[in-house]
Amino acid sequence: MNNFPDLTLLTPLLERYNGRSREALLPLLHEAQALYGWLPREVQEAVSRTLRVPLADVHGVIEFYTMFYNKPTSRRVIRVCDDIACRLRGSADFIAALEARLGLRSGETSSDGSVTYERVPCLGMCEHGPNALHNDDPAGNLTPADVDNFLARAHPEPRIQKHGGPLLKLARAGKVIPWSLSDYEQHGGYTTLRKALAMTPEAIIATIEASKILGRGGAMFPTGLKWRFTRNAPGTPAEKHVIANADESEPGTFKDRGLLEEDPFGLIEAMTIAAYAIGAENGWIFVRGEYPRAYRRLATAVARARQAGYLGHNILGKEDFHFDIQVRLGAGAYICGEETALFEAIEGKRGFPRIKPPFPTTHGLFQQPTTINNVETLMAAMAVLTIGLEEWLKIGTPDSPGTKWFCLSGHVAKPGVYELPFGLTIRELIELAGGVPGDRQIQAVLMGGAAGVFLPPDRLDLPLTYESAKANNFPIGSGVVMVFDETADMRYALYQLAHFFAHESCGKCYPCQLGTQRQLEILQRVLHNGGSTPADKAALEDVGFAMTHTSLCGLGQTAATAVLSATQLWPELIVANQR
Amino acid sequence: MKRQANVRIKTLKIDGIDVGAREGETILELARENGIHIPTLCHLDGVSDWGGCRLCLIEIKGSNRLVPACMAQAEEGMEVFTKTPRLVTYRKMILDLLLSERNHVCAVCVSNGHCDLQSMAQELGNTHVGLPYLNPSLPVDATHPYFIMDHNRCILCQRCVRVCREIEGAQTKGAMGRGIEVRIIHDLNEPWGQSLTCTSCGKCVQVCPTGALLQRGKAVGEMVKRRDFLPYLQMMRED
Ligand SMILES: Cc1cc2nc3c(=O)[nH]c(=O)nc-3n(C[C@H](O)[C@H](O)[C@H](O)COP(=O)(O)O)c2cc1C
Ligand code: SF4
Ligand code: SF4
Ligand code: SF4
Ligand code: FES
Repeated sequence: MNNFPDLTLLTPLLERYNGRSREALLPLLHEAQALYGWLPREVQEAVSRTLRVPLADVHGVIEFYTMFYNKPTSRRVIRVCDDIACRLRGSADFIAALEARLGLRSGETSSDGSVTYERVPCLGMCEHGPNALHNDDPAGNLTPADVDNFLARAHPEPRIQKHGGPLLKLARAGKVIPWSLSDYEQHGGYTTLRKALAMTPEAIIATIEASKILGRGGAMFPTGLKWRFTRNAPGTPAEKHVIANADESEPGTFKDRGLLEEDPFGLIEAMTIAAYAIGAENGWIFVRGEYPRAYRRLATAVARARQAGYLGHNILGKEDFHFDIQVRLGAGAYICGEETALFEAIEGKRGFPRIKPPFPTTHGLFQQPTTINNVETLMAAMAVLTIGLEEWLKIGTPDSPGTKWFCLSGHVAKPGVYELPFGLTIRELIELAGGVPGDRQIQAVLMGGAAGVFLPPDRLDLPLTYESAKANNFPIGSGVVMVFDETADMRYALYQLAHFFAHESCGKCYPCQLGTQRQLEILQRVLHNGGSTPADKAALEDVGFAMTHTSLCGLGQTAATAVLSATQLWPELIVANQR
Repeated sequence: MKRQANVRIKTLKIDGIDVGAREGETILELARENGIHIPTLCHLDGVSDWGGCRLCLIEIKGSNRLVPACMAQAEEGMEVFTKTPRLVTYRKMILDLLLSERNHVCAVCVSNGHCDLQSMAQELGNTHVGLPYLNPSLPVDATHPYFIMDHNRCILCQRCVRVCREIEGAQTKGAMGRGIEVRIIHDLNEPWGQSLTCTSCGKCVQVCPTGALLQRGKAVGEMVKRRDFLPYLQMMRED
């Protein structure tokens, strides 16, 4: 497979992309890699010529994303999750068995070129870990005994585990055939869009403002206000964008995947409503590269919605309301979930975050006015119109109305996505999920994911509302509630966190590029030596402090929060040891 | 500089001094015009700003966020602070991190005494590195007939990338990798001497703040870069 690549394979592909601009770089690289399994230099040169992108940038983009390969790689790639939640469920044993069976270590390709093997960060399926991907096929609940079935693709495909209620946003998931538009329509699909089109855009925005929805992607920005800013920004609808952020790569987060896989038309309808309210004609869904099943279903659903006239010109007969959606597949980079990095990724560049201000509502994708919302946020906005503002405000608490998706993972009996009204305490939520299995006690709960904080067992009676989160200094973020029982090795978890951030730092700014690396080295030493030196402990705090306050984007600003919360709670974890 | 003397339209304060700004002016430009020094490393006059080095971070009254002066627009009524104790602490910490990464042993460097990183360390008072040195061993690319790239001394400020792109238009230089593994590359990561797009103009060498980009045949301390180089080149382009 080191031979000169057969470039005739590439010709029809390049013809299809001819005349397109840099924005087509990611899709073209994906398609070219599907032909060869990797991207030989001749292919990179051809891509550079076709899209008129500098050679250095084509190469830079390939080397930015972990799922693009610049060296001979098999067409068959096995990615096994090496992250925290799967480890809590015993992934170490499965990984050991798999590696022994393959005779490969992470990053290696077998000598006959038949398989490439990688350990990867969280695959966003923590509810049924240990998880792995065999090319596009997900597998879960893997034990050492499953290795052969998994390699033969005979292991059953996992489905989302949804619980809770009232299910305002996850109502259809699991009940409809995801790729069937008629099934969607029979389950109430597109009734809310009809309702919305009978309202003025102004009235919709006012309703969303009154619903007090805050962004569900982590930053908690008021959604109605974001829509209003974009609507009021100078520009025609043809120059404005609505983006669904489906990059979901925060370790421990898997809530959006359920909707993307099981109710893709739901997201399309929700985006169409947002577009009408904002006055935007361009829609984009950016899905993380590790969600191939979601990507396929979204692409199918968009094509069918378009065919049926739910996307395109004069939608549902509404004159002058035009809207269409493009689905984009990421390629392995947590940072691309950061909104401005996501714009750069769609534009065909390396996913480096931009400096804000200017903000996306005026200078977003292609420097045009853009609303970017998390998948769940868009679904929440649609739910308000479906059930009516009055009903919505009755759910949850006065300052946090409505429902939230929580991602329960780790040591709980029934992990899964829980759609619940705001207001339950963390402990109640864990009990709802069946509590900790066995007679074991809770040691810690990680709230908000890798970028979140650890809470000790005596702080679990805090209610899950935005106001309580603010007052008690824990993030609700993407809804991660990861439970560690008394047997969990917290030093290992800290090392995994540090490894994640060092691996995912984009490298644009010094404090995070260098700080995440330092943090990793120190926690590696703590793990191996059973403690740190006094100098290490001070350095960990200094580096964390510098990252938090001076990093350019949210990744660096939160890369030390979970670690610092742990060292404060359990100083014995990193006490200076004598050696 | 060809800039016309526009009408002053915005008034604000920097470190307590009243200053007037033109539309679109950054805090960094404004501070310099008024003799207020703000440290910078990745900023380079004449090319787009990058905002990565974080040394020019400033505080604006009423906001918790620190913003880079090179990219912050001056606004009416702003109160800007450039030297608060916490800013000074942060700057030293960032520089400390930077000095401990790669290899910055000045005594053996051809740019000794003519290095922006070295002068920055002197300015901020970083006399020794508080963190352990990483000292990775990175390649030196000596394939180009006139120039050498020593990755061990590169601080990834991306000045060379921007000047090659925005001024020379060759687009030879770029970056690959992520995090600590970012590297400056030529075309598809070829040896510099084999690049088909490099015009050998030497602009990147002149703007490199450290001893990472060099002219061949310079001994320790001999590499003096022409800092007046860029405005001159811009004038040539504009004419
Ligand atoms: C490193 C990083 C990763 C992020 N990843 C995601 C993500 O995967 N999905 C998401 O919706 N928001 C993510 N965000 C937040 C987005 O930047 C943005 O705030 C969000 O998409 C806005 O939507 P919302 O207002 O609906 O929450 C991330 C932020 C950072 C700093
Ligand atoms: S904080 Fe980290 S991820 Fe964000 S821009 Fe800086 S280096 Fe990149
Ligand atoms: S080679 Fe010089 S100019 Fe280029 S990034 Fe490195 S230090 Fe900066
Ligand atoms: S010598 Fe000129 S063309 Fe070559 S890399 Fe440097 S700036 Fe670019
Ligand atoms: S899928 Fe393994 S930790 Fe999330």
